[in-house]
Amino acid sequence: MNKLIVSPAPHVHSGNSIRKEMVSVLIALIPAYLVALYYFGVGAIIVSVTSVISCVIFEYLIQKFLIKGENTVSDYSAVLTGLLLSFNLPSNLPVWIVVIGALVAIGVGKMSFGGLGNNPFNPALVGRVFLLISFPVQMTSWPRPMAWNTAYLDAETSATALSALKEHLGNIPSLFDMFVGNMGGSMGEVSALALLLGFVYLLFKRTITWHIPVSILLTVFIMTGIFYLVNPQTYVSPIIHLLSGGLMLGAIFMATDFVTSPMTKTGMTIYGIGIGIITVVIRMFGSYPEGVSFAILIMNAFTPLINTYIKPKRFGEVRKNG
Amino acid sequence: MGGVHPPENKFSAGKKTKIISLPQQVIIPLRHYSGNPSVAEVSRGEIVKVGQLIGRANGFISANVHSSVSGKVSKIDNAMDAFGYKFPAVFIDVIGDDWLDEIDLSPEVKRVCNLEPHEIIKKVAEAGIVGLGGATFPTHVKLSIPQGKKAEVLIINGAECEPYLTCDHQLMLEKGEEIIIGISILMKAIRVKKAIIGIESNKMDAVLNLEKWAKTMEGIEVVPLKVKYPQGSEKQLIQALTGREVPSGALPIEVGAVVQNVATTFAVYEAVQKNKPLIERIITVTGKSVPEPGNYWVRIGTPFTHIIEETGGMPQDTGKVVAGGPMMGRALPSLDLSVAKGTSSILFIPSSESKRGKVFNCIRCAKCVFHCPMGLEPYLLMNQGEKQMWENMEENRVMDCIECGSCSFICPSNRPLVDYIRYGKSTVGTMIRNRKTHKS
Repeated sequence: MNKLIVSPAPHVHSGNSIRKEMVSVLIALIPAYLVALYYFGVGAIIVSVTSVISCVIFEYLIQKFLIKGENTVSDYSAVLTGLLLSFNLPSNLPVWIVVIGALVAIGVGKMSFGGLGNNPFNPALVGRVFLLISFPVQMTSWPRPMAWNTAYLDAETSATALSALKEHLGNIPSLFDMFVGNMGGSMGEVSALALLLGFVYLLFKRTITWHIPVSILLTVFIMTGIFYLVNPQTYVSPIIHLLSGGLMLGAIFMATDFVTSPMTKTGMTIYGIGIGIITVVIRMFGSYPEGVSFAILIMNAFTPLINTYIKPKRFGEVRKNG
Repeated sequence: MGGVHPPENKFSAGKKTKIISLPQQVIIPLRHYSGNPSVAEVSRGEIVKVGQLIGRANGFISANVHSSVSGKVSKIDNAMDAFGYKFPAVFIDVIGDDWLDEIDLSPEVKRVCNLEPHEIIKKVAEAGIVGLGGATFPTHVKLSIPQGKKAEVLIINGAECEPYLTCDHQLMLEKGEEIIIGISILMKAIRVKKAIIGIESNKMDAVLNLEKWAKTMEGIEVVPLKVKYPQGSEKQLIQALTGREVPSGALPIEVGAVVQNVATTFAVYEAVQKNKPLIERIITVTGKSVPEPGNYWVRIGTPFTHIIEETGGMPQDTGKVVAGGPMMGRALPSLDLSVAKGTSSILFIPSSESKRGKVFNCIRCAKCVFHCPMGLEPYLLMNQGEKQMWENMEENRVMDCIECGSCSFICPSNRPLVDYIRYGKSTVGTMIRNRKTHKS
């Protein structure tokens, strides 16, 4: 008789894995990636491929020579970090800057804390914000969207809707162009339509819940809506706020990063509202035109606190005098 | 709230029950998983009949044990239970099949019961009936409502939410009338006017059959339930059927509910109406590589090896044998084991599915939190369990865990969440008991 295996229950597993979760997110990013390829062409390919390859290589090297641990590249989380980082970069960014961003994202943002699961901040955003502060000129010269663009470093540039607003330039793209992605910006953030398609897919696959994205978008909509109602001459419509900058990308793909977001639905909602408020405050009163990245990183820091104080609804909760 | 959807794999659904032949020897455990072992009433060399008392209940939470065969007691010795522990058992060499005269073996269904509530409870206690859903808590204890409490509704558990298992399902198809009579007897015993039978809606044939028979009695309702594991867990079932949540740390009677498994109601019928003690039950023999999964009537104490031999042998690729369902059952260290009152199945798991996957870091996806039916945070309890932070585990309600395994099932990092929670429960449980003894 063959030897029997003994282990405590349960004796079945859902077959769910980190890789499957990561692949779901990668699939959800496909529509936005296709839009990026259409409007930013060769530049988008160069920036994204550089970012993904360098993230994977850095994780492999750090794991092998510094941590001396098991190879974790096969969980695809580095691929996802690389792709998300590139989505947050302009498509005419020089390769060497992209590589530095990937090194900071993986090296500082993720591996210095012990790898996937231990990082307090979203690695891709750590990389992006580092680049934004270190290379402000390159990071804010956005190529003008053109169908089947073949230019890369020499691409013609244009302002984003938000920087146009900040500097009162007045040439804001039409709402339809903003919705489909025909505007300047980071390569993956321009098309709200494509990002929302990805959101639907993630909800369908139950990879994420609606709480974080919806609470962020609603908070931004309501806050900017109040400003708009009070003074429509100075402030723009809340719809423009929803469709511009990195809000959609941030709300759907960056803020919902498993590791750095809260563990309960109530906690997620509080976290989302926090991101929404900070985003609007930076956009309206800060010196940067855009604040989603900062808002998410700031709320990442609050996640442990939220997890400590916000508990799920317990079954059979005993209410005092109840 | 919470719950998961494991693949059902109910291969033996709708398979008519067959009878497993008498083995050469039965090993009848004197302890059936919960409570004190009963005290042997027979000695070596004694000749016993089917249904004769061989173990007397010892203490409040304990149940009588009866001989399931006729023959000669060969020894009283320790035998392994499904937990791997050794407990005293009565070994009987089978001779013929000679039943006690008082047991009514006629096929006739007796509908009328004129006994008083306390007489019913006494008969249930004498027959050694325990909860057949798996926990094997003595039924007469559950029927004795504590002073100051009042039962309002009897809840019958026909959910059978564990994958693979079909023994309750088949019983509901074949013994519908007897189950309904058993329920009416239990209603009388605890003085309630209402009983609700909860059955997962993947067993609509059982729902229809019991509805048909429920019409012949007063106050019995059959409710199809959403298919979701752990729908058949006591607290979840009460919540689904009455909307009431049993408070943390309390028993169902706190919300006026008494819960019994369908198989238990059948045993009650047989005990009260037919004078037949609990000496046999249905078990499911199943698995992905089992040629003919099925449901079988077996005498308590029948060795697993005998059942396996009669049902086509152990599949070649077996890596793990589980007593019970795949979510909460026990993996057996050996087949040297016999059927206890709470044994609901023998499940063969192929070796390809027997080993757990490699464990990775927690990625904080929160799936364990979302799927926990008790509203706990398994990821946090495991972290604290690893660091032996017992007080924190207690604060985070580790004792509320029903060990359904949904968290471990869903975890993308294959983390052994429920293992650490069990570890915490046993330590925190001891802590709480010690605190109580120091206080008093």
